[in-house]
Amino acid sequence: MIKGSGHILRVATVCIVLLLPAVVFGQYDYIDINNPFSRKIPMAIPAFAALNPDGTDPALLKKATDILTNSLDFTGFFNMLDRGAYLLEPGNPVITSNQINFRNWTTIGAELLVTGGLSQTGSLVDIELRLFDTLTGKRLLGKRYHGTVDDVRPIILRFCNEVILQLTGKRGVFDSKIAFVSNGSGNKEIYICDFDGSSPVPFTRHGTISLSPAWSSDGKWIAYTTYVNKKPDIFIHSTVGSEKVSIEEKGINITPSWVPGQFTLSATMSFAGNQEIYLLTGSGKIIKKITNNWASDLSPSWAPDAEKMAFVSNRTGAPQIYIQDIKTGQVERLTFEGNYNTQPSWSPAGDRIAYTSMAGSRNDIFTIDLKRRQPLQLTQDSGNNESPSWSPDGSLIAFSSTREGPARIYVMTAFGADQRRLLTMSGDQSSPSWSPNLSKY
Amino acid sequence: MRNKLWIFLALFLVIPVLLGTVSCAKKTVTKEEPKPVMAPAPAPPPPPPPVEDKAAKEFEMAKSEFLSDNIYFAFDKSNLDDMAQATLKKKAEFLKTYPDVYTTIEGNCDERGTAEYNLALGERRAESAKSFLVDLGVEAYRISTVSYGEERPVCTEHNEECWSKNRRDNFVIN
Repeated sequence: MIKGSGHILRVATVCIVLLLPAVVFGQYDYIDINNPFSRKIPMAIPAFAALNPDGTDPALLKKATDILTNSLDFTGFFNMLDRGAYLLEPGNPVITSNQINFRNWTTIGAELLVTGGLSQTGSLVDIELRLFDTLTGKRLLGKRYHGTVDDVRPIILRFCNEVILQLTGKRGVFDSKIAFVSNGSGNKEIYICDFDGSSPVPFTRHGTISLSPAWSSDGKWIAYTTYVNKKPDIFIHSTVGSEKVSIEEKGINITPSWVPGQFTLSATMSFAGNQEIYLLTGSGKIIKKITNNWASDLSPSWAPDAEKMAFVSNRTGAPQIYIQDIKTGQVERLTFEGNYNTQPSWSPAGDRIAYTSMAGSRNDIFTIDLKRRQPLQLTQDSGNNESPSWSPDGSLIAFSSTREGPARIYVMTAFGADQRRLLTMSGDQSSPSWSPNLSKY
Repeated sequence: MRNKLWIFLALFLVIPVLLGTVSCAKKTVTKEEPKPVMAPAPAPPPPPPPVEDKAAKEFEMAKSEFLSDNIYFAFDKSNLDDMAQATLKKKAEFLKTYPDVYTTIEGNCDERGTAEYNLALGERRAESAKSFLVDLGVEAYRISTVSYGEERPVCTEHNEECWSKNRRDNFVIN
């Protein structure tokens, strides 16, 4: 259990009083998530200090340091400075404002400094974490947490979320998960891992083909396509309990996608002959038909305000991405470059749509901004790249790629930088789907 | 006197029953052992009349042709070319000749493009073959369709020769 997350050391010093307004109003001007050219901020994270050296396991300190560093590095916002270059003074741990010589940090180029201290008493730990602006010498964030040894990762991830909120104005991705498809067991099953690819666990064990996982916007449900009934149907499973419902109409029941903020689902169904997108309740009852066209209409993805829906249609003969206004029913074509554009994924900020475009026999990830309607290619010359899915803060995109042979899940920034593999498992992995923020804090 | 009669009757009725059960039980035990020894080898079934034999053979041949002949599609297309139509005409003849046969048409795609679109395309491929067969007079209720999208390739290399084999409808007898 984690408790006691108040600002630490709120003792009556002038320094704290001066700091308060900045804390209250946030420091959102540090990082602009929507700026493709934003510079990585140089950040220093010294190793965790043992606050009671006698009882604290050095391995736990190293683990805590690694979790903190790797998690903040994962965001792509920071340039992590080499720990070997730090000008550390020997002796007592230096983790608080009055102990820190900020010149030592500005000299090596650090603009942000994160310090961690940990004291262990048996299986219990107290963790102190602070974020400093080294140029002003201001403490931007200070937290103290109490928990068990097993809570070290969740505690640090919780602090990381605070750091990102402080610097960007948006919650970080550290309490999110990624669902994906893997055939490592011999069948395509849905798995779920943490935001950084750690701890993958099977979500389905159907022993058949399961595809296209989609999180509800409260994170409590995953809808997916499965061949349990020897044809493509949609199953809707609880991620927290054992409840499940299914959509088993005649024909295909595919491409489930949740409407933001609602317990409402959209999906392509063909029971009436044509492949159309329908609106359904979260328990699988049809509300209404959304599209109406002789062609295939599929892969809905909703604007964050739920007023518009992007989808794929081959109404001009080849698959392109369209946007439908839900109130007026008006449809406009979004993509004009290339003749095979599919898998639209509307960004959480609402201003861009990521999609997959095929040229030759290769797929690549693009985004298109809704104002200028200019496509921006994010992957190239690196195998097949498919299934873009935005992180809940809109700063990252997960996708699948065959750049190293078998299909694996990768992550990149929203503008295509820092492309890296998320995890390695046996078999092929595909169809990543990034969850919303899953915690309340 | 009366008592004796009752006893006599009881013996008369009960003993045979007891004997019966004993002998029955015995029978089941003894039956198993001697039978293989005693029973004469069963006479081989008389050969079926030659006409039926020919019909069964014809059915088997037609069936294996029905199952093995796929129809093929161009990339991202679900329309039936001349070859596909010729193959489907033979399948319609088979289905009309054997009215007890029910079939499932499985629509498949090559690995290019994306999985969800290929699920939709696979269904259109299966449905276009079904419509053609129905137009030729096969009852619609005898034909089911299912799309496997790009999930069941018969060939796994990444070249057109392979892809062209995977863009197919295959036919299953239910």
